[in-house]
Amino acid sequence: MSSLSPPNVTGATKEPIWVRWLLISVALVFLSLFLFVPLVSVFFEAFKKGVDVYLAAITESDAVSAIKLTLIAAVIAVPLNLVFGVAAAWSIAKFDFRGKSVLLTLIDLPFSVSPVIAGLIYVLIFGLQGWWGEWLRDNDLKVIFAVPGIVLATIFVTFPFVARELIPLMQAQGQEQEEAARVLGASGFQTFWKVTLPNVKWALLYGVILCNARAMGEFGAVSVVSGHIRGQTNTLPLHIEILYNEYQFAASFAVASLLASLALVTLVLKYIVERRVRQQLAIANDVGVVS
Amino acid sequence: MIFSKTLLRRPSVLPGFDLALGLTLLYLSLIVLVPLSAAFLRTTSLTWPAFVDVVTSPRVVASYKLTFGASLLAATVNAVFGLLVAWVLVRYEFFGRRFVDALVDLPFALPTAVAGITLTGLYASNGWIGQYLEPMGLKVAFTPVGVFVAMTFIGLPFVVRTVQPILEDMAPELEEASATLGASRWQTFIRVILPILAPALLTGYALAFARALGEYGSIIFIAGNMPMVSEITPLLIITKLEQYDYAGATAIAVVMLVMSFILLLAINGLQAWARKRQGK
Repeated sequence: MSSLSPPNVTGATKEPIWVRWLLISVALVFLSLFLFVPLVSVFFEAFKKGVDVYLAAITESDAVSAIKLTLIAAVIAVPLNLVFGVAAAWSIAKFDFRGKSVLLTLIDLPFSVSPVIAGLIYVLIFGLQGWWGEWLRDNDLKVIFAVPGIVLATIFVTFPFVARELIPLMQAQGQEQEEAARVLGASGFQTFWKVTLPNVKWALLYGVILCNARAMGEFGAVSVVSGHIRGQTNTLPLHIEILYNEYQFAASFAVASLLASLALVTLVLKYIVERRVRQQLAIANDVGVVS
Repeated sequence: MIFSKTLLRRPSVLPGFDLALGLTLLYLSLIVLVPLSAAFLRTTSLTWPAFVDVVTSPRVVASYKLTFGASLLAATVNAVFGLLVAWVLVRYEFFGRRFVDALVDLPFALPTAVAGITLTGLYASNGWIGQYLEPMGLKVAFTPVGVFVAMTFIGLPFVVRTVQPILEDMAPELEEASATLGASRWQTFIRVILPILAPALLTGYALAFARALGEYGSIIFIAGNMPMVSEITPLLIITKLEQYDYAGATAIAVVMLVMSFILLLAINGLQAWARKRQGK
């Protein structure tokens, strides 16, 4: 009997075992060198001079004010981009209108603009030589080299995150459920709150996680508008740069390890939430096929 | 009201179109469109010869060469290894696969300044990796090679994440048919699998390239920033700004913006092609 069984069928669509191991090894070596080793080294360098130096570095007053400013920027930028993302996704996914593809491209624009240019454009408007520079100075308002500029630059670089996660999912889900809710007498607000929101909550959360990670970690754009005033306009990434340029490597890596921890938390949350988003998308696609 | 009457292709029972689109357009204009056009308008303060002079001066041209060359190289390396990583993650079971899968997104999550100082530390002559490379004659930190390393790091997830879903959705029947028709595994990969992956692979390549072109934070630490040698274009914009040469900074920025827009259009085209290929 055994001689009649077909030759190793799975072998035809699988690679020989040595090829598999070779490919896995090469991939793992590449990822270790570029991802794992750098990640480990942040924490290693941070604690190299002991826990005392580490704690001193992250509790010193400039570091604390950098942490505060980073939080302020994120707390303003993330909710604004969240509201924008929901509004953009609602109009793009639930309605059919002219110019939709242009709008989609424009929403993605901040991703393809260099962060340095993102900072520059605000300097051109609000800087001393900028459009409103003199008016701002005469009225004793500061945008560039002050907190508002940092917040604006942060908003710009995190602009598309929430919209980008919501739009494909809401497009796949279609508008039948909302239409049904309306026909059954729900108000517009009820429809959104009880039908749309539960359907997209994971994608929403996913977008917020990514948006927040970028908001807290942005360097280039913020660097252009900040002016690097210690204790006043330094965010955490800028504080890292200053310490590093002053050869305070242990302190610099200590502060960096805070952001690296944030990155790790982001990765874990992202991993958990990503599956839920995929499930919702799969459900949406299945329903689409049936109807 | 104005939007629903003019733009809407067919009426809808759903409310909120005017409000949502109005809010979207207002916010988009305030944050993105008006400030970006400010950059373009600002260059009109330069005459055309002066503009050309700024954007073709030797130091600026050297920075284009470095930025473009290193971005291309980094995106190519990421295309090759990204495809390999996506393949390994989708097709093979091995210990720690999920951990590796989650770790791939690290460059998206790790702030660029952190990446910059970390890579510099690793590749410096006394660093964990640099100490083995330097005796071989390869200096990475504070050279153009460092620029390439930083760009490879920040572009790493793009190809993996564009190729991975296509590979997951690929019907096994295609490969089975190819095998029954007598193709070797390598022929199947080159003639069946690779063409299916091509649009996603190119999209990932273009995304990684675009990201590398504009990258600043992770590069300035490792590059050494020597004029004519290891100075990237975004850094030149900052240098000009610090000298209060707004017109010069803007001129270079406009050249970069035009490049980015061309790339963005190319990426959109590629994605449309990919969707068509998937039959969606």
